[in-house]
Amino acid sequence: MNEIVRGNADDAKGDGVLTCDACPVLCRIRPGKTGACDRYGNVKGTLTRMDPLIVTQQIADENGELVAFLPEQEDWDGSLNFQSPSFVTGIGATTTYPDYKPAPFIVSSHHHGVDMVTVVSEGVFSYCGVKVKIDTDRFIGSEAAPVRVGGEQIGHVTTAEYGSQMLALGGVHHLTGGSKKEGNATCQAMLQLCNKHEIEMTIDGGATLRVQAGEPPVIDGEREERMRVGCGSATIGMFALQWHGHADEVIVVDDHITGVLTEHQSGKLLDMPPAGIRVRGRRSTPGRYFQVAEPGSGWGGTDITEPLSIIDKIEPGVAWPGLRLLMVSTTGEEHAYFILDDDLQPVSAEMPSPLKVSVDRIAENCEPALATVLFMGGAGGSLRAGVTVNPVLLTRSVRELRTRVTCGGAPVYVWPGGGITLMVDVTRMPENSFGYVPTPALVAPIEFSMPHAEYIALGGYENHIKPLDEALQAGSRAVRPLAWQGNNPWPLAERMALEDT
Amino acid sequence: MSAPQVALLHDGRRLHLQHGPIDLVIEAFGPSEEVGAAYRQARERFEKVLMELVGELGMLRTPISDRRPMPEGPIAYRMIEAVWPHRDKFVTPMAAVAGAVADEITDILVTGRDLEKAYVNNSGDIAFWLSTGAELRLGIVGDLLRPSIDGTALLTHNRTVRGVATSGWRGRSWSLGIADAVTVTAPTAAAADVAATLIANAVDIDHPAVERAPASSLDDQTDLGDQLVTLAVGELGTASRGEALDAGEAVAMDMIRRGLAAGVVLKLQQDIRAVGDVPVALPASAL
Repeated sequence: MNEIVRGNADDAKGDGVLTCDACPVLCRIRPGKTGACDRYGNVKGTLTRMDPLIVTQQIADENGELVAFLPEQEDWDGSLNFQSPSFVTGIGATTTYPDYKPAPFIVSSHHHGVDMVTVVSEGVFSYCGVKVKIDTDRFIGSEAAPVRVGGEQIGHVTTAEYGSQMLALGGVHHLTGGSKKEGNATCQAMLQLCNKHEIEMTIDGGATLRVQAGEPPVIDGEREERMRVGCGSATIGMFALQWHGHADEVIVVDDHITGVLTEHQSGKLLDMPPAGIRVRGRRSTPGRYFQVAEPGSGWGGTDITEPLSIIDKIEPGVAWPGLRLLMVSTTGEEHAYFILDDDLQPVSAEMPSPLKVSVDRIAENCEPALATVLFMGGAGGSLRAGVTVNPVLLTRSVRELRTRVTCGGAPVYVWPGGGITLMVDVTRMPENSFGYVPTPALVAPIEFSMPHAEYIALGGYENHIKPLDEALQAGSRAVRPLAWQGNNPWPLAERMALEDT
Repeated sequence: MSAPQVALLHDGRRLHLQHGPIDLVIEAFGPSEEVGAAYRQARERFEKVLMELVGELGMLRTPISDRRPMPEGPIAYRMIEAVWPHRDKFVTPMAAVAGAVADEITDILVTGRDLEKAYVNNSGDIAFWLSTGAELRLGIVGDLLRPSIDGTALLTHNRTVRGVATSGWRGRSWSLGIADAVTVTAPTAAAADVAATLIANAVDIDHPAVERAPASSLDDQTDLGDQLVTLAVGELGTASRGEALDAGEAVAMDMIRRGLAAGVVLKLQQDIRAVGDVPVALPASAL
């Protein structure tokens, strides 16, 4: 994908000109210059992504019309002040790894009369990983199964959660603990995921996944549309009243818990007579069955494609000819309707419209299935030394919520315990916020914001604080204003919610 | 090599298409299934756009002369069409590339679809389409560093304008002139694009506060050769600003007379002027 850009030296001329192969334009770029897109440049003979320092701005007018007349303009003489409140992000700030020097940008700005300091840096995260939540009930692989890209293991399948499967990718063992190839594959895969690009992964003994942050996952070539409305038992609880009177038995097929209406508490409350249709699997409580089939990509996350195959037997004397049976999956995507004939054999029939409505309603109540990506990284190491001479004070200040941590302006969750281990939703960060170094490790923006007095008390680099206007002038061509993402809390606000509401 | 990138923006309404130097923000208005179908059409067409242009890049970087080139690609054709009336000046078809891409994608976007209106914004050069009676209200940002809506342009179905473009030395492309921004409305975005480029080039004056360098010394991809392009513009006096704007306005008036532009707004430091049919509400100082 686009981050793996080599750039071919034009050796014949020996003038250090590179041919950029990031896109079909194939710009020839001289040392110190950028290509037509201004995204890639020739830095000392190496093709480099030229991410400008991104300044996000709070813009009062949020109707989006601003975009229409805002040309992509990246250079100005810096003689004017920003009128909209501005927040300098760490994107493009570069880093001083191994961080024995003050961070590249220590910026002060006034917010509601309080002098705030934001320390902006791009952290090199040798310890980092990506947590991926895939909304699906389909079987994608066993717990702990290796997840691979191009044959290299980059992580593993972890727990199954509500309507979703979690993947744990990256981490120091794959990044630097294995072969160089494994480390590079892991780094590139995480980079693509964090920059909101699609990647393809395979799971040993499981599925092939195509995943992109904020987009529906594609599992074995099939795009997942919806999350299940609930487990089979929950679905019965939600829809029993709507089925009552239109079906004599409803079986909700689900890989986790398959529900059988007349045996279920809901059916009992509706005085429904037992239908005598026994399903396979292991009964948990009345009307709730585990393991009616193997996991798979059929009905409700099972391997079933023929619903009647989960019926163990139909009991004569309990079931009756003419009995109306609805079978449906927990997403409403699969459904079938049968009537028992005189020999008590289910015969496929056209579904009456009230049942069709209820099936559609199951589908309607399922939320869109998405793959979501959280970047997780530890800023507990020397990165803190770029902020203050006494790093542990920064950790404490973050813990006590006197210092706010953001990544590219996006709110983060700081994990309790030692160090500053944070998680951030990559979709809330500006485009292409992440980079990498060949260590391999990911480079991610990180900002620490605190009142001026707090910064001094932490042992901050007072002499390196620049006023906001000055920081914005620092590299005149290198500052790029961006509209603030409306749903991100303003980092310099008096109180910043950890979660938006 | 990177593939074309496709994404819906965070508002869930606008489509973002990016490939190499091309960056489009698209919005169609209408029933959601029609909008979805329109976006799919645009996306499919977009996949080929850059490759198609790259295939004829040599021709498109050559200054237009009386010998009219015969391009293969429909976007290249639009570019030639847009610069052809200006062949008495130095201009290459690349002056219309952003607008021409916006026009092409707009056409593909709306073809066969039942929409109310739509626009394609190619990094500031905008093509739009309106159904009968529809209007599009665009905000004009006078100062990029102070992004607030300084004026609004009401674009209505009954006018011939279907394109808006902005050019200036602060913009992404090199300018021979010193205007901060020249915004042009024209029948197509390609026409607006080239008109804005040429009018912005004409807003000029010899002045020690203007810093220039040969384009070829700055940029290996440039189609401007050794011509001097503007790097910085220092403080100019009232008389100097007036003289530079007069020069630009004369070119703008000529284009308006010839039907190559409908309305033009010129901005140079604190001065702003509007000529022609400018359906906008601008600060009183401009009118």
